[in-house]
Amino acid sequence: MPETAARQEIAVNIRVNGKTYARQVEGRTLLVEFLRETCDLTGTHVGCDTTYCGACTVLMNGLAVKSCTVLAVQADGSEITTVEGLESEGKLDPIQRAFGDSYGLQCGYCTPGLMLSTHQLLAENPEPSEKEIRRAIAGNTCRCTGYMNVFKAIRRAGQNRKGA
Amino acid sequence: MLGQLGENAKFLAGGQSLIPLLKLRFASPEHLVDLNFIPGASFITEKSGALHFGTMTRHAEIERSAIAKKISVLHDCAAGIADVQVRNRGTIGGSLAEADPSGDWANALITLHTTVHCFGPSGPRAVALPDFIRDAYTTALAHDELVTEVEVKIPPEGSGGAYLAFKRSAPVYPSASVAVQLTMAGDVCQDAAIALGCVGLTAIRASEAETCLRGQMLDDATIANAAEAARAAADPQPDMRGSAEYKRQLVVALVKRAVHIATGRARGEPVEGTHLYA
Repeated sequence: MPETAARQEIAVNIRVNGKTYARQVEGRTLLVEFLRETCDLTGTHVGCDTTYCGACTVLMNGLAVKSCTVLAVQADGSEITTVEGLESEGKLDPIQRAFGDSYGLQCGYCTPGLMLSTHQLLAENPEPSEKEIRRAIAGNTCRCTGYMNVFKAIRRAGQNRKGA
Repeated sequence: MLGQLGENAKFLAGGQSLIPLLKLRFASPEHLVDLNFIPGASFITEKSGALHFGTMTRHAEIERSAIAKKISVLHDCAAGIADVQVRNRGTIGGSLAEADPSGDWANALITLHTTVHCFGPSGPRAVALPDFIRDAYTTALAHDELVTEVEVKIPPEGSGGAYLAFKRSAPVYPSASVAVQLTMAGDVCQDAAIALGCVGLTAIRASEAETCLRGQMLDDATIANAAEAARAAADPQPDMRGSAEYKRQLVVALVKRAVHIATGRARGEPVEGTHLYA
């Protein structure tokens, strides 16, 4: 690929966790690279980089997307929420509390992505069935929990949100 | 605009196939023209006996659409593509224009009367889906032409369909997929359309299998004959998703199951059934 075209810098204006980032990015920059390297928000992880594992899941205008499969320039004008945006004023979000309380993680690498997929699920469906939970996180791969505690965490998160 | 940028430019729709291809260096365009910022390219409407989908309509929007539920095959397909994240981004127009042999939409839509509306420098044109998909990753689109709308005729009363894909996990491409649309008069099958995906360079219409069903009562023996005819029509390649024989066996099982679901739906029964994954 002619490097000049891919490296041509383009101005973007992306709101991440309520803060606007007006930056110049190379056309080829992925959203996950923008978040981690430009915004210094390293809570969004790179797992497979092939649109499979969902470790890089963030919310784009409220919907879960794999940020390794969106170009930063495509997010121009969008509202992005990363795991860092879940807590407010040092207080954990109901979803974060539930993942901790239910031991819904082991190594934690996939957890930010799982929590953002959970965010879209619970926003649309506050009391999901186990089948609905399975469908909602089918795009998030975890290699250590075996998922049972993740299901518990998501159910607890739904209850936390009601109580919150 | 693509005319000005030359041969080395490409349209970018949802990006859920194209961006992975770019990473693998299977495609290396000098320029990408992002269609995501074009207003009015995403819509679902019903007019004159057909459903119309804007090219940038996301799979998730079709999954949620009450209008799209009128055609079971469309709902099954949209609701089962990959996972939530991919369905939030991927588009029906992009999927057809990519013509990936393992893509879902072409296989689902080929069992229905589907017209692909295209637009380029020489104006609009309408192409029937079987003429639109030419080969693996190859469509009737000229380099500077794009899909604007996908039009699907609503099947007649007494018609029911199903789309099933077998996947090893949600985000991966199916190992094999089957779409079936049956029009029934009582217990007799009046018309049948059966298509097979991921087992050839393009979606394959299993016409011999369709002939096995037309004019017949759909008992187990008849359905088994059709499934065997579908096995013969499949032309799978062995790969990490399974051997050729394994995929042919999957086709047999999926055809039987899809025919059962489609028959129930043709009778007006609400049958759940979408992509399966192990």
